[in-house]
Amino acid sequence: MKKVVVIGNGMVGYKFCEKLREKASPSEVQLVVFGEEPVPAYDRVHLSDYFSNRSASALAMAGLDWYTSQNIDLRIGELVTSIDRENKIVSTYHGQKEKYDVLIIATGSSAMVPPINGVEKKGVFVYRTIEDLEGIIGYGQTVKKAAVLGGGLLGLEAAKALMDMELETHVIEFASRLMPRQLDDQGSNMLREMLQALGINIHMNKNTSSIRGNGKVKGLEFTDGSILNTEMLVISCGIVPRDELAKKAGIETGPRGGVVVNDQLQTSDPFIYAIGEAALHNNMIYGLVAPGYNMAEVVVNQLTGDGSASFTGNDMSTKLKLIGIDVASFGDPFGDNVPCKPIIFENKNQGFYKRINVSEDGKRLMGGVLVGDVSDYNMLRQIMQNGLALPPQPEDLILGSRGESSGDAIANLPDEAQVCSCENVTKGAIANIIKEHQLENIEQVRSCTKAGTGCGACSPMVADIFNETLKSMGKTVRKVLCEHFDHTRQELFDLIKINKIKHYDELLDRHGSGDGCETCKPAVASMLASIWNDLIVEQDTIQDTNDRFLANIQKGGSYSIVPRVPGGEITPEKLIVLGEVAKKYDLYAKITGGQRIDLFGARIDQLPVIWEELIAAGFESGHAYGKALRTVKSCVGSTWCRFGLHDSVSFAIDVENRYKGLRAPHKIKGAVSGCRRECAEAQSKDFGIIATEKGWNLYVCGNGGANPQHAKLLATDIDTESCVRYLDRFLMFYIKTAEPLNRTSTWLNKMEGGIEYLKDVVVNDILGIGEQLEDEMKYMINTYKCEWKEVVNNEGLRSKFRHFINSEEPDPTQKFDLMRGQKVPVA
Amino acid sequence: MIETLVQYKTVEPAAVKVWYKAARIEDFPANGGACISYKGLQVAVFNFSRRQEWYATQNLCPHKMQMILSRGMIGSQSGEAKVACPYHKKTFSLKTGKNLNGSECGLATYPVKIEDGFVFVGFEY
Ligand code: SRM
Ligand SMILES: Cc1cc2nc3c(=O)[nH]c(=O)nc-3n(C[C@H](O)[C@H](O)[C@H](O)COP(=O)(O)OP(=O)(O)OC[C@H]3O[C@@H](n4cnc5c(N)ncnc54)[C@H](O)[C@@H]3O)c2cc1C
Ligand code: SF4
Ligand code: FES
Repeated sequence: MKKVVVIGNGMVGYKFCEKLREKASPSEVQLVVFGEEPVPAYDRVHLSDYFSNRSASALAMAGLDWYTSQNIDLRIGELVTSIDRENKIVSTYHGQKEKYDVLIIATGSSAMVPPINGVEKKGVFVYRTIEDLEGIIGYGQTVKKAAVLGGGLLGLEAAKALMDMELETHVIEFASRLMPRQLDDQGSNMLREMLQALGINIHMNKNTSSIRGNGKVKGLEFTDGSILNTEMLVISCGIVPRDELAKKAGIETGPRGGVVVNDQLQTSDPFIYAIGEAALHNNMIYGLVAPGYNMAEVVVNQLTGDGSASFTGNDMSTKLKLIGIDVASFGDPFGDNVPCKPIIFENKNQGFYKRINVSEDGKRLMGGVLVGDVSDYNMLRQIMQNGLALPPQPEDLILGSRGESSGDAIANLPDEAQVCSCENVTKGAIANIIKEHQLENIEQVRSCTKAGTGCGACSPMVADIFNETLKSMGKTVRKVLCEHFDHTRQELFDLIKINKIKHYDELLDRHGSGDGCETCKPAVASMLASIWNDLIVEQDTIQDTNDRFLANIQKGGSYSIVPRVPGGEITPEKLIVLGEVAKKYDLYAKITGGQRIDLFGARIDQLPVIWEELIAAGFESGHAYGKALRTVKSCVGSTWCRFGLHDSVSFAIDVENRYKGLRAPHKIKGAVSGCRRECAEAQSKDFGIIATEKGWNLYVCGNGGANPQHAKLLATDIDTESCVRYLDRFLMFYIKTAEPLNRTSTWLNKMEGGIEYLKDVVVNDILGIGEQLEDEMKYMINTYKCEWKEVVNNEGLRSKFRHFINSEEPDPTQKFDLMRGQKVPVA
Repeated sequence: MIETLVQYKTVEPAAVKVWYKAARIEDFPANGGACISYKGLQVAVFNFSRRQEWYATQNLCPHKMQMILSRGMIGSQSGEAKVACPYHKKTFSLKTGKNLNGSECGLATYPVKIEDGFVFVGFEY
């Protein structure tokens, strides 16, 4: 049996373990890993997420038990201090010794700290590890101003994080460009303007000569004599490969650092390999994760396979993430490797800059820069990497929809095209697995191929390939619910109605197969509720957890409580009740984006008691947990506002009360504005009503959320009664025909004939179903009951609200911290 | 948090030393789960009544370390009984505990037996 020892448990070291164990069982290869950091390998690429989630385990590449289950002897908190090549033994700081047959150096790199006077002062940080971030978070709370030294990829990411901590943020760059290795002058200028608009101060062409301050940072002094006051400094000036161990052991290293490796990633000692950011291949350090993963794969192939794989360099394309501004650079961004003709398109009005470099013969794409709009990034990179032929007018590539749509472009990609560079997955591999295993959703594609599980940049493309492949298999035609029902939602809706089916199990027995799953159960539950309006908790185990316990689950397993506040109007008495209940049960209180109040942090067993008090004070469920009507926002309207045309508050309250409890394929939100100034944001809602001189304008199918879309005008200058009638018809038509989990906007986008057809159905009643839709809505309105009232008054239902079945104890693992005087779950 | 995860180790039927009498059959929802507390462990017990089967797993979801799996929805995937975590719908085999969405962490599982209308869960200590 071979014994492999790995030094460094970072991203690449981890990936090596994962890939090795896929190929070699513990009886073939014994694996020992030393990691200096106190936690197992984590996703450094998403390190900045730590600012918001503060959870090392959320970033972990795998939990400790994964290493145990894979028979990997992981020793964290152990710095390896020397390699005895003669006897093939490594030793650690704590005196551990370990023999190896093969040694892998995966020590990564450390942040480069330039030799500036004063870098040792308090308040100076680097940006590399979870511990660094903890330092930054702690210190950041004591200061108001911070600066980042270095305007590269990581520096800007750090700057955004500092800005999110509400610090006045400055970025100092030595060069005359931001992201100098990725962007040209024009791209950098555009980025600079955008960052400044975000509130980040940028200082270019600044050479820092010293860090001022007595013991701790007070400011920076530049060689041009100018001074910047700051209380904190994050240094992000590049990386230095950690080659100190190798150097000490006499292994060849590069003059500017890095362990020299050949195409097999072997160092000058054939029993020792180096991978990741520590390795110097062809005079190149790869400061990105994808090349590191490829290196890991090559070494695994050397150790367990036929040894044919080799590492021949990697593409350095990058996309800036997290900053709220899209920036990407790929291939040769400056077009100076081979003679190129750049094509540049700048639009200051919409705020984007695009540049592509086309080879002199006009046949090949060599690289480019995208700032402000990176929607073409994946496609351009594919064209470049695969040497695809360019269209006769290459400018079509960045000028947008004059050429073919991106869907066709996917079809034109060759099967060998690499789609996910982190996991090295090709288009052909994805398509084949989808076909072979009859995959039914993107999640399955991700887990079977691993595509999209690294940096995530390729996810949209993976989705396109998924859809494309299904189409080629003739599959998109019928959107069946899941493996248990060979029917579309609309077919099931009719089956339930015609056969008067009231229970999930009955539907499964008569029209399905197997035992159901988390996809079809809630979808059917929603249909049953939309048709019969029976109390949903009576079939509680087919509901999503929020519906099952009539409350939104939160981090740590507590729940939130959102009483309905129709139209956002609330009396002082009711406000006091909310305050008193929050105080009594120690709940975190917050005003929601939907004009009401959310009380967080209730234990499951407290829910019925709290609701009992709220109901006694006249509150009802707000259905924040359901795919149901949420809120109908209002603006103050003509009663108070000097511009108001009609009483928008009263109308919003009426409409909210009319549709409260109404279940639908997805949640529904509405709003009523008193004039076209639109303070209620009605045009971003599923239905929006705006007062006009003559009546109301009714807008439908708007949406905030991830893909915002403005609502479309359905009817103009209508009276209140028509408005309600159209709404009844519109909502019922949506409920009956949309696919599961499609908001009204998505539903409309897929509708043949679009808004014109919808007008024909709702306003002109060309299908002759107007009256039927109104009757169905009437049934829903007449059968409405507050679910919480039903539960509170029913001992049997109340008893379900407990954590343990064999003990009255609450969940002992639920813990809270204090933040600004209120409790929050422990991160 | 990582410490709490390591407490959960699969108990093979042959290794059971203690059969803990957890609760009556009727206390568990049909086709659903409930959580029991045993010597500081939280174990999710599932009454898969549609298949007349019982399963038990750790209550802790390894994805984001949430004590929640008993409130998950159960079902099957190509015939394999599974539970979906309420938080992010990671799914796990109820039989083997395997994570069905990838190679990451799975769940510890525990044997369950039914006697005289009571549900018993098997532990090693
Ligand atoms: C509490 C609240 C944030 C806040 O503190 O303000 C909130 C909180 C959540 N939102 Fe929201 N959204 C809240 C207003 C909004 C708004 C603003 C609005 O309603 O005016 C939007 C954008 C408008 C829209 O929906 O079109 C919004 C867009 C979303 C989306 C994206 C929907 C989409 O179609 O893309 C989700 C995800 C989903 O529903 O699938 C979501 C999902 C969620 C969930 C349910 C996520 C979850 O499953 O845990 C959050 C839990 C709520 C809880 O635990 O109570 N939330 N969410 C707001 C509650 C409003 C209320 O009173 O009911
Ligand atoms: C904030 C940030 C954002 C980033 N964003 C991106 C991005 O968007 N895209 C991208 O591709 N890349 C990004 N990167 C770079 C990416 O994280 C690295 O390329 C990747 O982590 C390299 O992996 P590695 O295993 O070689 O090194 P590391 O992840 O640094 O791991 C090396 C590990 O070895 C340990 N170690 C070192 N010496 C010893 C020793 N003697 N004994 C024991 N242990 C030792 C170290 O403590 C460390 O834990 C980012 C990096 C940072 C810091
Ligand atoms: S935007 Fe909505 S879903 Fe996202 S974190 Fe905020 S509340 Fe939660
Ligand atoms: S915590 Fe269970 S799936 Fe995320």
